[in-house]
Amino acid sequence: MALIETDQLEKKYEVGDSIVHALDKVSLQISSGEFVAVMGPSGSGKSTFMNVIGCLDEPTAGRYLLDGIDVSQMGRDALAEIRNDKIGFVFQGFNLLSRTTALENVEVPLLYSKSIPKDRKDKARDALKLLGLEERQHHHPNQLSGGQQQRVAIARALVNNAPLLLADEPTGNLDTKTSIEIMELFVRLNEEKKITIVLVTHEPDISAFSKRIIRFLDGKIVSDKENRP
Amino acid sequence: MINIPSTVKISLRALRVNKMRSALTMLGIIIGVAAVITMLAVGRGASNKISEQIATVGSNLIIVLPGSTTTGGIRLGSGAIQNLTRADADAIKNECSSVSTTTPVLNGGAQIVYGNQNWATGVYGTDESMVVVRDWTLAAGRNFNDQEIRSAAKVCILGQTIVDNLFGNDDPIHKAIRIKKVPFTVIGVLESKGQSMMGQDQDDVIYVPVTVAQRNLFGRTFPGTVRSIMVKAKSTEELNRAETQIKELLRQRHRLSPTQEDDFTVRNLTQMMQMAEQASRVMALLLAAIAGVSLLVGGIGIMNIMLVSVTERTREIGIRMAVGAKSWDIRTQFIIEALILSLIGGLIGVLLGILAAELLSFFAGWTILISTYSIVLSFGFSGLVGIFFGFYPAYKASLMNPIDALRHE
Repeated sequence: MALIETDQLEKKYEVGDSIVHALDKVSLQISSGEFVAVMGPSGSGKSTFMNVIGCLDEPTAGRYLLDGIDVSQMGRDALAEIRNDKIGFVFQGFNLLSRTTALENVEVPLLYSKSIPKDRKDKARDALKLLGLEERQHHHPNQLSGGQQQRVAIARALVNNAPLLLADEPTGNLDTKTSIEIMELFVRLNEEKKITIVLVTHEPDISAFSKRIIRFLDGKIVSDKENRP
Repeated sequence: MINIPSTVKISLRALRVNKMRSALTMLGIIIGVAAVITMLAVGRGASNKISEQIATVGSNLIIVLPGSTTTGGIRLGSGAIQNLTRADADAIKNECSSVSTTTPVLNGGAQIVYGNQNWATGVYGTDESMVVVRDWTLAAGRNFNDQEIRSAAKVCILGQTIVDNLFGNDDPIHKAIRIKKVPFTVIGVLESKGQSMMGQDQDDVIYVPVTVAQRNLFGRTFPGTVRSIMVKAKSTEELNRAETQIKELLRQRHRLSPTQEDDFTVRNLTQMMQMAEQASRVMALLLAAIAGVSLLVGGIGIMNIMLVSVTERTREIGIRMAVGAKSWDIRTQFIIEALILSLIGGLIGVLLGILAAELLSFFAGWTILISTYSIVLSFGFSGLVGIFFGFYPAYKASLMNPIDALRHE
């Protein structure tokens, strides 16, 4: 069964008098366990696509099924629950809470889930361990390198055992060497943990790690190809 | 379901980062709560002092005085006519249902002598009901008895000031003193009452049987009359009814036609003093209300800072929303933050208010009364202020769009 299924997905913005079609009748399916890179120039609609499938934004029209659930008509709080349960986010700017330790950052999604309070620390520690950051758990983000910060963010995305990981330019703020490390980590997570990954990037070097590449232009999918590394 | 302990932890951390700002925000609440507590303590202390003084004069007290009269076009002052008698006092006691007891009073100034000491004071001819009417107890000896009143026995009861001035350390009981050269035997000594509300020494007094006063001390143009009648009503609620009943009865007894004015005056002493007490209580509440306004202003300060805080932490709000925080979670976090601010401020304010009140009583000698009620009230109110003024910023935060919030620099 498809983890992500969109049907004629549309997103329109009104800018002054004109209407911008950020997403123009996008229909696609992403199966469980896939590793997809979404590419396209800026303004192509790839970020809007990510926001909509990440349940951060609601489509203007069309249908979106996530894990078999129709989320296109859901309200704010229901979407928040879906995000908490099914989606892990990794951002370009890491987006960690600055005054909070690595461990507590990883714990944040658990605060809003149904997890039992005393299990939280253990779960967060396990997630950090998986990413080799066990010794850094009590460090604050500003005491960590960019690569380490991004790994904390990935641990946070994984802590709730979400089946879908969405990464928006995750290597945009990292040097080449660290970028490759992070991408290898994604590949590992995809292969070993069977986590579905959707990644937005405009760098071919990065998209090369994925198994499928979707290209956007003017809100439409212009190509959707298998990628053999 | 967000859990409260971790939210409190998050809030405390956020407040600690901006120590100075948090402290200044709390200051409004601190001053407000402290002011409310101090004002209520001072106000309640004052009204308590007044009620204590009312109690020393005697509770539920009414005084009946003779009225004025006009002689050849000249109106004389109150008490000019001699038309109140012991019989009037007895009639009021027996016939007015709202009256508990009465006592006649015939008083005057006199020089009194004991051994080689002498002293000028007020001598009151009265009867055994006096101590009841004035809620007075005897420190030593005994009260008059009925026999002594009827037979005009030359006995007297002394106030503490008289004892101090005439007897020093001697026991005055059974000693003889001379009042206006008439020898009297001391049978009792009154408990000290201290100053009255007007600053009079209430202990500078001698009681003698009213019959003796009439016969031997203060001659009257109309024999058998007294200067005033003191009346004790059954309860505070019955004061007004007692007053009406006394007026009706005396008009009847003095055979006044409906067109004639009263030939006596009824003064409700307790009511007057209760009005003073009421006034001081209203004053205290007014002061507390003004202090309450500063609490409100403190609340606006909290709202202001919370709005700044929400804007500053837009990105944090975005992150929390992205990982699954619902509107309710965000709202709770900021309300708890405002609540912590106001409650810590409230707590400091309570302590400061108590301290200020104690200092006032210590250095300025003011009577204060800190009630649990005022502490609970002001502390509770500061909590409400926190929730009320924290709500709008929290609500604003919870309505943020996660995408915009995440992009916020």
